[in-house]
Amino acid sequence: MMRNAQPLVDALREPETVLSLDGAGWTDLISIARAESLIGSLAHRLANVAVPEVIKPVLDDAIQATDLARLQALWEADCARRALVPLNCKTILMKGTAYVAADCDAGIGRSIGDLDIMVDRAQLPAVEKALLDAGWEWVKPDPYDDEYYREHMHELPPLIHRERDRMIDVHHTILPLTAKPTPNAQAMLDAAIKLDSGLYVMAPADMLLHSIAHLFADGDLAGGLRNLWDIDRLVRQFSQADGEFWMELGKRAKLHGLERHIARALRLAAQLYDTPVDKAYGGPAIFADNIYIRRLLARDGWGRETRKFTRQAFYIRSHWLRMPPLMLAGHLWTKWRNT
Amino acid sequence: MNGLNHLFLTVGPARFRLASSWQEPLDQLASLYKTYPASYDDYADFTVRLEPEKPWRRFVRPSVHISGDYWLPDAAPLPLSQSLLAAEMGMNLQMALGWRRHLLLHASSVEKDGKALLMTGLSGSGKSTLSAMLAEKGWRFMGDEFALLNPDTGMVHSFPRLISLKNEAIAAMQAILPINRFGPMMKGTPKGDIRHIIPPLNAVNRMKETAKPALLLFPRFGYDPVLRDMGKSEVFVRLTQASTNYVALGETGFRALTRFVDTVPTKAMDYQSGEQAEEMIDSLWSKLP
Repeated sequence: MMRNAQPLVDALREPETVLSLDGAGWTDLISIARAESLIGSLAHRLANVAVPEVIKPVLDDAIQATDLARLQALWEADCARRALVPLNCKTILMKGTAYVAADCDAGIGRSIGDLDIMVDRAQLPAVEKALLDAGWEWVKPDPYDDEYYREHMHELPPLIHRERDRMIDVHHTILPLTAKPTPNAQAMLDAAIKLDSGLYVMAPADMLLHSIAHLFADGDLAGGLRNLWDIDRLVRQFSQADGEFWMELGKRAKLHGLERHIARALRLAAQLYDTPVDKAYGGPAIFADNIYIRRLLARDGWGRETRKFTRQAFYIRSHWLRMPPLMLAGHLWTKWRNT
Repeated sequence: MNGLNHLFLTVGPARFRLASSWQEPLDQLASLYKTYPASYDDYADFTVRLEPEKPWRRFVRPSVHISGDYWLPDAAPLPLSQSLLAAEMGMNLQMALGWRRHLLLHASSVEKDGKALLMTGLSGSGKSTLSAMLAEKGWRFMGDEFALLNPDTGMVHSFPRLISLKNEAIAAMQAILPINRFGPMMKGTPKGDIRHIIPPLNAVNRMKETAKPALLLFPRFGYDPVLRDMGKSEVFVRLTQASTNYVALGETGFRALTRFVDTVPTKAMDYQSGEQAEEMIDSLWSKLP
């Protein structure tokens, strides 16, 4: 029985490692990959490896499922585009939808859930109205949550489409307003790249920085292996395509206040996925990296989350990072009373 | 973290690894599925997990939380006495949410002369009981929960899990089957009283054999006996609702289902007793082209 998610990381990094797996090892690997939402990426990675006959249909299913997810994500993005056409505003696709819309390697086999978009904060009220007119509805009509989102978050409360049952998150920047780093949303909007569809994606350095901000400053590292896999794919693709990429990345990281975050992300990606990293930006490994790795690999061969204490610590940390302490106390008090 | 015990089950084309914090459901499964093919290589398409809802609920008023490779966020836990049901629900859940090799129709199916009769309908329509009954009258049982429709060939594949009987159907089948075909009686489950029966041996031995869908029925128990024609569009829409993965399969699902609806004769069948249903089915079957 596999005790952590290392075999998944190994298989993604170096597909031939699966050749040594027996039946039980494969069953563990499949459960881990499904739990980490990386089964589609794994299936594509193993496309040229001689996997056992009984495993082929499992991987084919994953490829077909993510092919359809891609199609649906692009369709959903186009629905949002049509709803927002009259506003004539820049609509930036984010995360999974952006990767597939821009044909990034990170989009290959990726599972995609909600549609995430970013617009100019000044346009938010108009965007909100246009989406409501086009059939999206509020998911949580709770007044505290609603006010909380509007005052302190980087996005509107989630909306869901009443016919297609798909969620949309409308962002105006990439981190909660209460978090310490304050990325420059205007600079991201200005640098965004227009696609043929009329929708936008972030410029390469910003796209990577958003992925990194999302991993470290906006959550408890749940799903972190997939997030880090995105980072690996983006780094490889962008640094190969553009000799100036590392310099640009350094500049943008400074502009958005994410220099520490990027160094850590690059170190972790290099350690787990062998990501080729420019030494000037990753720096030598430090002790705390081990704790992150421990958290990222906390999944056993049954597909269960393990290391409860480590996970809990990261959960608390995620709130700490998102809000000043007094505000956190008030927030948890209100949430506790409401449940 | 508590260790898990496990066993492997093969049902039709699907292989499951069932992992549980308790030995009890695994022993029950091992005994009820003992005629099914054994696994020697530890491969599985899906893992099902049965674990306590909270760590202390392993011993104190044990409650079984169902999860696995695919799971629902709001699945209610079951008491340990219903852990067999939990295991069956866990396997159904993996199929419903994760299986993509066939279009899944929530229907029972039986076979004769290489042709399949499918029965679908709401819970309480009697589709499960009718399939169990026909399985004792010369038909080969193919499944009481999911009929697997192959999108490439149009053939129906067998998925012969344990047959799940509910409420009045239990006594009806107890009257005609020996007791060693039955699993434990589970009273007061979220779906009422439930008792499983082991499918006939030929259903298990021949579970890899496919059949050509020849007749689809929408049975409805408790109404004056009558057969009604149904329009193709109504059949289509009702089958999209009866399929757990129609949407997930995208265009493949659409092609498989339109072909099915175009080629398989369909009737709505109201009936008041098993004998009545059997007569109606025999008469329809004899008139098939």
